[in-house]
Amino acid sequence: MLSSRTITVLLRLWQALPVLFGVIVVTFLLTRALPGDPAVYFAGPAADAESIAEIRKSLGLDKSLPQQFLIYLDDLSRGDLGQSLSTGQSVLADLTTRLPASLELTFAALLLSTMIAIPLGILAALNPGHLIDHACRLLVTMGVSLPTFFTGLVLVFFFYYLLGWAPSPIGRLDFAYLPPPHVTGFYTIDALLAGDPETAWAAAAQVFLPAVTLALFTLAPIARMTRAAMIQALSSEYIRTARAAGLSSRKVILTYALGNAMLPVVTTLGMVFSFTLGANVLVEKVFAWPGIGSYAVEALVVSDYAAVQGFVLSMAILFVLLNLFVDIVYTLIDPRIGSAT
Amino acid sequence: MQDQQFIAAIANEADGQVEAADPLKTLRPTQSAGASSTIAHIAYVLKSNPVTLVSFGLFFLMVLAAVLGPYIVPYDPLASNSAATLQPPSWAHWFGTDQLGRDVFSRIVIATRLDLFIATSAVALSFVIGSILGSLAGYFGGWFDTISGRVIDTIMAFPLFVLAMGIVAALGNTVENIIYATAIINIPFYARVARGEVNIRRNAGFVHAARLSGNNDLRVLALHIFPNALPPMMVQISLNLGWAILNAAGLSFIGLGVRPPTPEWGIMVAEGAQFIVSGEWWLAFFPGICLMLAVLTFNLMGDGLRDMVDPAQRT
Repeated sequence: MLSSRTITVLLRLWQALPVLFGVIVVTFLLTRALPGDPAVYFAGPAADAESIAEIRKSLGLDKSLPQQFLIYLDDLSRGDLGQSLSTGQSVLADLTTRLPASLELTFAALLLSTMIAIPLGILAALNPGHLIDHACRLLVTMGVSLPTFFTGLVLVFFFYYLLGWAPSPIGRLDFAYLPPPHVTGFYTIDALLAGDPETAWAAAAQVFLPAVTLALFTLAPIARMTRAAMIQALSSEYIRTARAAGLSSRKVILTYALGNAMLPVVTTLGMVFSFTLGANVLVEKVFAWPGIGSYAVEALVVSDYAAVQGFVLSMAILFVLLNLFVDIVYTLIDPRIGSAT
Repeated sequence: MQDQQFIAAIANEADGQVEAADPLKTLRPTQSAGASSTIAHIAYVLKSNPVTLVSFGLFFLMVLAAVLGPYIVPYDPLASNSAATLQPPSWAHWFGTDQLGRDVFSRIVIATRLDLFIATSAVALSFVIGSILGSLAGYFGGWFDTISGRVIDTIMAFPLFVLAMGIVAALGNTVENIIYATAIINIPFYARVARGEVNIRRNAGFVHAARLSGNNDLRVLALHIFPNALPPMMVQISLNLGWAILNAAGLSFIGLGVRPPTPEWGIMVAEGAQFIVSGEWWLAFFPGICLMLAVLTFNLMGDGLRDMVDPAQRT
């Protein structure tokens, strides 16, 4: 027999399917709601009615909507997201070459913000009403109100123009360096693997400001959630029991309270990742970061629809899978889930 | 629960019209008795939280700038002046001038109307659509609840800013489509709140009484249950307005929606961005600060409104 926990995980996997299907339907409908006729667009300015009809047929646009949807599903199952008009490459290839840049930035930002937000939230929860609590609240309120593209520009002005500490915001690596051989796609890690600390340092310097920009934005929800979850955990009876049993306050706070408070924080992290995927687009534009966000912006400017739709779909799928992953991790680390059902 | 005295201030208006035609007035949660204590409660919240007071003041200032903007600005926001390009802030030009010699201060003030217009119309649209969907789903349940729930889950499955980009790309690059895109990505929040609030009241005593006295379902839902769901919705609106402004400004920052030379905060930051690295900070800084203050205002107002509506949720 399957254990109840396995059933919970399988059920959660099953629940993700309709959402994935919905995401594909919405993206398909977005593609079909394009203004104008894609066939005319593909045929170019010199086309006559006959060649447009031919292209319409070759694109499958003369078929009914449900038929077109089936073709779309078939293409997707083969990993075919269409052809980008501006780069001439397949959209999937474009996205996969640019994804590591975005992921490097996102992971650096999330690492930075959790390293600041979680201790801050804990300290605020331990001293409610004190200075650190007010500082936390101020930071949280400012964090959600700051437009990321604006924070990025302010940081560039201070740390590049005024102080000269940061390198110029022109992408992943200064022109003076060659990209390290491709292993993980993360320049800092690849350069270290290749035994080239100088390049690794240059790559880290480039990623620093955009990562701080994103981190300032993601700090707020994480700190807020940590604080709320810690306050709730600290006021619970098992903490009172642990204190009464004479455990050291370090053990009570770090093991018992934090261990329980981390569960909602993990869920928040999944949500924060969604914000980050959106904010990435803006930050990448500010710092000329060659990730998938700036790819989508470039595609938008030249009305390269296949690229935009491919980007939207892959972001949504990434997000659904990530939430699924978070939920499953949650099920596995929380002993209460599954045992009750 | 929340259908207590503090609802009065907001719900009174909607209820006023029902009062006369409603024979079971006494069985419904009465609002008239709570009115004076509600005002006292609001005054208490404002007094104990000066930040909320400041945010209401800022909001008033923004509305003033949006309404009076064209009449009070010192310069024409579109008039270029080749003799005075890229000038730093001075007495003549408080926020400096841009690369075409246009006055940044005038452009920012004029932009207030467009930015507020985009945000409020988007939020109004999502409020109306979200409330209707959520209320019907919460009241009737059944297949409508299932289907609308699925649709909302699907919208929420997208990173919302990315979905907004996709919608604008598909519908066309105009200001109206920015509004529609922002509205669509906000609908789930209203639908969820409305559904929850309606659902917990569908079998309440005053609802049974209203039904027994001959009101049909839609009337009970619209006039008796929904007004009680308004206070939490108001909080949502205020928090959402800030978010809608950010979203719209972000879209125009990447070149969607508003086109130059129209003054709009997001596009002004985008245009000023290229001058940051050469030290002309005022082009992007002032519109960015305005954007930030606007979002901050709505967020603080939302927190203040929540304190008034639901003191239990205070953080």
